[in-house]
Amino acid sequence: MLKTSPFHPRTAALVRAQTWRRWAGYQMASSYDPLPDREYAAIRSAAALLDVSPLYKYRITGRDAMRLLDRMVTRDMTKLKVGQVYYTPWCDGAGKVIDDGTVSRLGETTYRLTSADSSLRWLHMNAAGMEVAIEDLSERLGALSLQGPLSRAILSRLSAADLSALKYFRLLETTVRDIPVGISRTGYTGDLGYEIWVDASRAVALWDALIDAGTPFGITPAGVWALDIARVEAGLIMMDVDYFSAHHALIEQRKSSPFEINLGWAVAPSKGPFNGRRALAAERARGPRWSFVGLEIEWDSFERLYRAHGLPPQISNVAWRSSVPVYLGGRQVGYATSGCWSPLLKKPLALAHVQAPHFGAGTPLEIEVTVEHHRERAHAVVRKLPFFDPERKKA
Amino acid sequence: MSARYDAIVVGGGHNGLVAAAYLARAGRKTLVLERRPVLGGAAVTEEVFPGFKFSVFSYVVSLLRPEIIRDLELPRHGLQILPLESTVTPLDNGDYLASWADPDETRRELCRHSPRDADAAVVFGRLMHHMAMAVKPILGMVPPDPASLSPSDLAGLLKLGRHFRSLGPERFHALHKLMTMSSADYLDEWFEFDPLKATKSASGIIGTFLGPRSPGSAYVLLHHYMGEIDGAFRAWGFHKGGTGAISEAIARAARAHGAETRTGAAVERVLVRNGRATGVALASGEEIGASIVVSGLDPRLTFTRLVDPKDLPEALVDGVRRYKFRGSSGKVNLALAGLPDFTCLPGAGPHLRGAVSISPSLEYLERAYDDAKYGEFSRHPYMDIVLPSMIDPEMAPPGKHVMSVFVQYAPYHLNGGWTPTRREAFGDAVVKTLARYAPNIESLILHRQVLTPDDIERITGLSEGNIFQGELALQQLFFLRPVPEWAKYRTPIHGYWQCGAGTHPGGGIMGASGRLAALQILRSAA
Repeated sequence: MLKTSPFHPRTAALVRAQTWRRWAGYQMASSYDPLPDREYAAIRSAAALLDVSPLYKYRITGRDAMRLLDRMVTRDMTKLKVGQVYYTPWCDGAGKVIDDGTVSRLGETTYRLTSADSSLRWLHMNAAGMEVAIEDLSERLGALSLQGPLSRAILSRLSAADLSALKYFRLLETTVRDIPVGISRTGYTGDLGYEIWVDASRAVALWDALIDAGTPFGITPAGVWALDIARVEAGLIMMDVDYFSAHHALIEQRKSSPFEINLGWAVAPSKGPFNGRRALAAERARGPRWSFVGLEIEWDSFERLYRAHGLPPQISNVAWRSSVPVYLGGRQVGYATSGCWSPLLKKPLALAHVQAPHFGAGTPLEIEVTVEHHRERAHAVVRKLPFFDPERKKA
Repeated sequence: MSARYDAIVVGGGHNGLVAAAYLARAGRKTLVLERRPVLGGAAVTEEVFPGFKFSVFSYVVSLLRPEIIRDLELPRHGLQILPLESTVTPLDNGDYLASWADPDETRRELCRHSPRDADAAVVFGRLMHHMAMAVKPILGMVPPDPASLSPSDLAGLLKLGRHFRSLGPERFHALHKLMTMSSADYLDEWFEFDPLKATKSASGIIGTFLGPRSPGSAYVLLHHYMGEIDGAFRAWGFHKGGTGAISEAIARAARAHGAETRTGAAVERVLVRNGRATGVALASGEEIGASIVVSGLDPRLTFTRLVDPKDLPEALVDGVRRYKFRGSSGKVNLALAGLPDFTCLPGAGPHLRGAVSISPSLEYLERAYDDAKYGEFSRHPYMDIVLPSMIDPEMAPPGKHVMSVFVQYAPYHLNGGWTPTRREAFGDAVVKTLARYAPNIESLILHRQVLTPDDIERITGLSEGNIFQGELALQQLFFLRPVPEWAKYRTPIHGYWQCGAGTHPGGGIMGASGRLAALQILRSAA
């Protein structure tokens, strides 16, 4: 039996087409409407409310809390200020990515780590000999993501906190109609947005408050399908879809370093000892063998493949998550792992692993497209991620 | 006076802006001159009442050509189309007929009324898809002249002939029927449930002085089926920020390529010397030189106002005089304190995020037309209603709404002419008819803007208030639009071109006329 999120009493009533999916052992909505068009549009035009409770959440406290996290992740935790959030991957000793998530500094010696996969054992292993307490909050903490250009206007109606002063990747503690919450200016959409952290016992009340205050601003509950399109446009990577955790990979080839999945920027070039430091320093010097890039599929070539069969191009309302070969001059040089039709950019997009030296922005490649049972190739161009990066995200 | 610009576009409507963007993109120094303080022509967003923004005239988008979106990179310049997912027709017996985003839901809904029609709708949808595919190449084509023997015309005709032959007999016959029949007769061949036929045939009368039983209306139906969003035919959407934001996106693209745009700059006339356009004279007296002048205005203004018709061939002037405008529709924009409560679907349901069509029966529509035929506005008009603030909440203050009501028929040539009193009587008829289906509407109205064809002409310049710059009737389409022999964007005056919806392929926020005109200009100059 799959678990249900603390918001389930509200979300379950809204999933009209019973389009449920698994997410970290939870039963979550793919979409509330039969198709996600309207839910996606809310992310880019108004505000979408997404239940992200299946994230794993840990509270790390104690004198050595910072030392533990700094040892575990690739970013420099000595620089993380109270009230700030870092997005970071973390690696095994060989510099291969285990998971990615956020670290929030809630107080001088109090942190919260979120991850896609269960991380309790790894935290304890790294905490050996340290004065630190690790608490698994995963089931006790509900999380909602409010994303879109009107998200700030909605939250401002509910909280006394000055949200216009809350900068990108910062957080604060406040109340929403007497419900104690943490609000971080984070998300997985590449848009203006917030994540709201609440004790599971108050989850339903928080949902109701947000829907109530958000309705005049077009708040729209949205599922994973809508999120998936937004995160492809934002060029955000997903574990188990775009890369394998080093802890799950059955063979070495399935492991990736941060440099190979476009997270090289999150590897601090100089910081104290941390997992994978030596291997990553060597890779930095050598240059990565792979990169994770955006591919923009050229419409004319895409349309031609369909026209040859008398068809208009077939465009799906949901993103795809499968491995699709990428070619250069007839030779496979990579593979795409997710993609979608971007309703905003009006282009078919893909996220792809591409071998050196073919990953420079502007490189013309080809991607496999199955048209009317035939495997064809469409022209695609390497683009720097993200595809979509509105000013409001950080403004 | 020296030529300061390579090209001047007269009229900053969306086709003028598209033409300017393509010309600037090809390196031409281009200037757009717009009489009004706002760019966009009939695709404008204006804050008519404080805090309430309206797509004052044109209000939905579907026909905008995908190649224009790509060529001009419009998403980068702000294009953002939001889904418009449903259509609900309230019926006179208190029930409703709905078409939803999900095909199964639509089918089940239709089954309630006619299981036979539910099946027929699927096959009809397939046929309309084929028809749209059949017509699509024509939308991107400069019309060849069948009476000409020039190589380019013959090549175009040959291409067209091959295309039609490739359709096969079944689709060719269907296309021929669509070109000649009335939408009601055509739909009678397919469906039995009258409100369904009425609602479908409504797109066959929009913008024309035809009733659903008038021959030729089936083509207009098809014209509205040619819309595609993201490869899906017959998909309609809202533009974020209203239709004015589309014009802004196109204007931004044009400016990014170096074009200049000036508002509040009314062009008085096109300057012509020795049969050649040399620039324009503004109402202010200012003269601006250019080697090419492109008119985005309708054929009447292009050929009889901007230039002296005496300089033009008699056949052309006569053709323009006969060209039919006959504006037949009006618009009522309402600022609302809350949501309308429809008797057939009470409360704030998903139907308010889509269109509401007041088209309960074919007879209702035909009677609405009868009023107009004899010079009156419809006492009970056809209405296409949307609430843009339901999808784009920034169009109105939080919790409040804007309602856009497209109304037909409101004849330009009203008995006794349009007066402020008649305009408000027309507005009253609209609100009263609406109140039959949503009784609380009157109590919600904070502000009412009523636009008759006379107002549309006065504000936008569109002759006789015709929203398509001339009817989309078979006798003025393709190589006949606007006038035989002058359907290729060219005019008899050297360097003077036309790019408005009065040229092929015509109306809606499509941009195809502007694009094809610009490409012709660039080709002729190359």
